[in-house]
Amino acid sequence: MSDLTLGRAGVDRDRLLRLLQDYGVYAGVAVLLLANIAFTPHFLSTENFRTQAVQVAPVLIVALGMALAIGSEGVDLSVGSVMALATSVISLYLGYGPLIAVVAALVGGALVGVANGALVAFIGVQPIVATLALMVAGRGLALVLLPQLKDVRDPGLRSLGTGDVLGVPYLVLIAAALALLVAFVVRRTTFGRQLLAIGDSRPAAQLAGLPVRRVLILVYVASGVLAAIAGVLATARLTASDPTSLGSLMELSAITAVVVGGTPLTGGRVRIGGTVAGAVLIQLLTATLIKHDLPPSWTQIAQAVVIVLAVYAARERGKR
Amino acid sequence: MTMTDSTAAEKARPAGPAEEEPLGATRAERLSALAQQHGALVTLVIAVIVASLSFDTFLTGDNLENMALSSAFLAVVALGMTFVIVTGGIDLSVGSLFALGGVLAAWGSQYGTVVALLLPLAVCGLIGLVNGLLIARSRLAPFIVTLAAMLGARGLLLAITDEGSTTYLVDKSTFFATLGQGKLLGIGVPVWITLALFVAGAVVLRRTRFGQYVYAVGGNEDAAALMGAPVARTKIGVYTVSGLCAGLAGALNAAWLVSGVTILGSGMELEAISAVVIGGTLLTGGFGFISGSLVGVLLLKVIQNVINQIGSLDSAYQQVVSGAFLAVVVIAQTWLGRRRRVL
Repeated sequence: MSDLTLGRAGVDRDRLLRLLQDYGVYAGVAVLLLANIAFTPHFLSTENFRTQAVQVAPVLIVALGMALAIGSEGVDLSVGSVMALATSVISLYLGYGPLIAVVAALVGGALVGVANGALVAFIGVQPIVATLALMVAGRGLALVLLPQLKDVRDPGLRSLGTGDVLGVPYLVLIAAALALLVAFVVRRTTFGRQLLAIGDSRPAAQLAGLPVRRVLILVYVASGVLAAIAGVLATARLTASDPTSLGSLMELSAITAVVVGGTPLTGGRVRIGGTVAGAVLIQLLTATLIKHDLPPSWTQIAQAVVIVLAVYAARERGKR
Repeated sequence: MTMTDSTAAEKARPAGPAEEEPLGATRAERLSALAQQHGALVTLVIAVIVASLSFDTFLTGDNLENMALSSAFLAVVALGMTFVIVTGGIDLSVGSLFALGGVLAAWGSQYGTVVALLLPLAVCGLIGLVNGLLIARSRLAPFIVTLAAMLGARGLLLAITDEGSTTYLVDKSTFFATLGQGKLLGIGVPVWITLALFVAGAVVLRRTRFGQYVYAVGGNEDAAALMGAPVARTKIGVYTVSGLCAGLAGALNAAWLVSGVTILGSGMELEAISAVVIGGTLLTGGFGFISGSLVGVLLLKVIQNVINQIGSLDSAYQQVVSGAFLAVVVIAQTWLGRRRRVL
């Protein structure tokens, strides 16, 4: 049955839902921005925008990797632990200089990605379980390497965390550059097309002779490295390594950003622009509630409602 | 818009190996099945033997009592989770519901034991019901719905405790406190309650129509629907059971601690899922046992206990070992499952 059997109203409703899913997140960001400009005192200041942007950067970077994983019809629950692992590794290797420490942290993220990818691609474990195992083990490993909070007093890392170019913080520039890079990879490279094909239907991709295993491993490596980058930047901004709490619940925020941004959980489609807007939406929502003196618990409840609404909208779309 | 929705749910789940062993099963097939069913129990026995030979402190009354009690609360949560996972779903909200149930029970205990037990059951059962409705009727992905419930329930918990700063205490002289702290034949009451619940759970899953539907839905949802099984109602049922179990476990835990501790339960969903999977239940659904989940919980707790006993090892190693162990079990399960199907 195709559009022929649908009444005009049906087509319109469908188009409306599609619009809602594709652009609802931008509308949400616009509404929150306008509402804040109108009702929140001191919202419209460069300083405030800087703060919001700096806070959203790590979430966005993690969400970019999550978008790739979800696009391949997977998910990566280990991202928060990878951030913690990265921060521990930095403290451990800082004696060899900041560059080596950062590289070691990224290598650590890549290794977790390889483990996730191997479990998913070669052994056929469901992504949610494979990455669950690494989520538990990764946080433990981070705490084994660095049992408690430690100050990171490296001038290079400090300037990475707090410096800016023409008033735009490095963190924001890096996040923006990574978003552009990931968007380019998804849209313009063979790897991106293969990733979407696998997310659409893995058996079909296999029959078509795509290198399914290699692509899946690369997806999880990308997610691991991006999470590690977020861990490095968070460490640089906080000028401390805190393996106990850094990145906790990050997997939830990242999944929310991706899903709210219109990437379906069923794979086969990745929307990077939507993911950026999704991350901004969550940050704005949190900031709005806090600035109006609503307790943090309300933020959690609000985030839960937003997730369900976004997935519900995506479900209507999935029916087509 | 009359097309049937054959996307997310079915696509995410390959048909599970739910079938009974064929009569002409080969020796290798039977061995694989045996390993899948009893591997956890054998591992548990070996772990207990090794632990008691290595540490004089392992087989002492105090230590065993401690392990039994700390296993009891997780076991009740894992019981509900088993139902969910056998249908091929997952429930990430149980840790939050555990904490929420504990706080509600502690607050309610000032109005008597009945309120202390019914309030958490009502609220957590209701949240489980909403999870089930969204998953079964609106066909949303279980992990995302229960993830939202995890956030929402934790938010609710913080909202009713002034952002976690208020701790409700349980009067030690009440009957409710006895449910947590009392002893029967030298064994803690929560342990007895847990055992009774497991017997009941096993009977429900094995001997009732609802139990049959749970296996049928997990084995192959479409086939179950064609055979006339009430797929949606079964799914709603299992998430409600899971919510009830998590809430009850929280209430018992509050009775044991004589207070509702707000920070409990984070990461508990992972422990419960690990226990169920270690116990031989397939995450793809359609295959599993209640008793296995109990063995899984005990195995996790023995491992944690051993790591605690090795004084030089940091407790962070617990997480590393638990995670690695989960990975090994899942790999073994996948391998055994594949072997059974291929042969």
